[in-house]
Amino acid sequence: MNTVPSLYFVPQSATRLLSLAVLGFVGLMLFGYFSPKWVVSLATLSLANGLVSLGILIMMRSGVVPFGQGLVFAAGGYAAALAFNHLGVRDALLLCLLGGVAALLVAAPFAPLLARYRGIFFAMLTLALSMVMYGVLMKSESLGGSDGFNVSRPTLFGMLAPASRPELLLWSVTAFFTCLLASLVRLYCNSSRGLLSLAVRENELRVEYLGSSVVNVVAWNYVLAAFLGGVGGALSVLALGHIEPNFSYWTTSGEFVFVAILAGQHSVLAILASSFLLELVRSFSSSYFPNTWQFSLGLFLLLVIRFLPDGLGSLAQKFPMRRARPAPPLGGTAP
Amino acid sequence: MNAASNRQPVLSAQGLQRSFGAVVAAADVCIDIQQGERLCLIGSNGAGKTTFVNMITGYLKPTAGRILLAGEDITQRSPREITLKGVARSFQIPQLYLHMSVLDNVLAAWHANQGSRHFLRPAHDAESVARSMDLLERFGLQTMAMQTVRELPGGVRKLLDIAMALTGQPKLLLLDEPTSGVSADEKYATMDTVVQAIERSQEQVSVVFVEHDMDIVRRYASRVAAFYSGRVIADGQAEQVITDPEVQRHVTGLAPASRTSHALSAHREATA
Repeated sequence: MNTVPSLYFVPQSATRLLSLAVLGFVGLMLFGYFSPKWVVSLATLSLANGLVSLGILIMMRSGVVPFGQGLVFAAGGYAAALAFNHLGVRDALLLCLLGGVAALLVAAPFAPLLARYRGIFFAMLTLALSMVMYGVLMKSESLGGSDGFNVSRPTLFGMLAPASRPELLLWSVTAFFTCLLASLVRLYCNSSRGLLSLAVRENELRVEYLGSSVVNVVAWNYVLAAFLGGVGGALSVLALGHIEPNFSYWTTSGEFVFVAILAGQHSVLAILASSFLLELVRSFSSSYFPNTWQFSLGLFLLLVIRFLPDGLGSLAQKFPMRRARPAPPLGGTAP
Repeated sequence: MNAASNRQPVLSAQGLQRSFGAVVAAADVCIDIQQGERLCLIGSNGAGKTTFVNMITGYLKPTAGRILLAGEDITQRSPREITLKGVARSFQIPQLYLHMSVLDNVLAAWHANQGSRHFLRPAHDAESVARSMDLLERFGLQTMAMQTVRELPGGVRKLLDIAMALTGQPKLLLLDEPTSGVSADEKYATMDTVVQAIERSQEQVSVVFVEHDMDIVRRYASRVAAFYSGRVIADGQAEQVITDPEVQRHVTGLAPASRTSHALSAHREATA
């Protein structure tokens, strides 16, 4: 029988997913409230980065890996920071939405072109675009050049962050976007378009001969990934209080891919958990052995690739309660 | 002219030509396919059968000639556009999604064919699953619905490949060697399953299939077109084409009885 973990997620109804998202949001708020400040700050950054990797998950499920998500990460970050400093937009929710939309608009013109490439060519083209963005940002004095510029603390519905726990305001926004977008990504992966993405990954020729456009599927996935990357970028800027061209640098893009490979393509939650794990490893490694932390990170990834080639997310499919997918009765419900 | 000849063919190939360097794969190929017809293409390897199928489905463009689907010129259309207009095909080597389940293969085919590319509507909604399971049941594959395709034997893959082609309720179905790779014992069962499944379709489907086994041709084809060196050398009723001396010389390899006995006699005389 089925020897490889299915890439198709166990279908969940929209209502059930919404309930899980609300529960997740409540859980994350409680986690933030009872956790020390450094943990909340770390979690905020890791979830923000996790949203970018969630976009890579969508792309990977259609058979391509973008190595240049720094482009949309920076586009979202700069859009939010500029809106904050120059347009007077202070609301964190609005800034994140602006970041997402700006990244989507930056990525959309390139989507039809990129969607025609596969493998290393797709990866290198996306990387090239992000490095062009990096070069432009470095040379733009009005955007702060190589130093970037600072951003103050945002508000939420006109309220300032509480003085005793200022990090909780942004944490609540991060938790909201994470739960909302993770649920939507889960629904998307289970949708007819999500299934077609898997089909594209498996056999493009057959998809075309069944009447669907492969380019259309891949291009839309790239645009959706851009929106997620933009929201992640905006959240990161607000969490760091500073933005610089390094948001678009290739090492930043590489970290997002690192998280996606670490998590695998079998679970949305695994992406977020892996992002948190990466931040944790990075944080402790750089504290205790600052000069060799990349070594420990690389070793960690090698071990995961060796012993869990399908990523941390494949662990979820090994649980007995989820391994069996009962055959659907004729005319019955989905498995 | 009788009534039948006045009917507009489902597909009309007119003067198709195609070469690959010095090799002529199609030379003035003219074939009309009527509704509900079961046309078999025979010919040795390289005779131009698959080139003809590839030109109809848009994979190859003819250098001359045109292809009309229900009167509409589809010669320069892409495979995707031609599929959406009602021409479906299966492949000599089944083109499947190997790491997905049988059910997911058919579901993906449904959603691709129906143009239902929703962002949030579940692919496994009750209606799509029911329709997919109904199709699988027509091909006797319902018990394998949850199996991963790469675990299936070749014969089953062939059936699944054809089942997926039927999801779009095509007007014309092209089957490229539906029994190749299937053991001799299973060939008839496979073809019976395919024919019965096609006959249970809501619309009357015209079928063009490529086949090398003359027993299969005799049993399942209502009409046969024989290809040789890119040309159609005979076109008509199955028995009439198969017994045609030119077809026997170039395609089936069975020389007419009189010629064989004559050759044998000459051989005996020479060796006596």
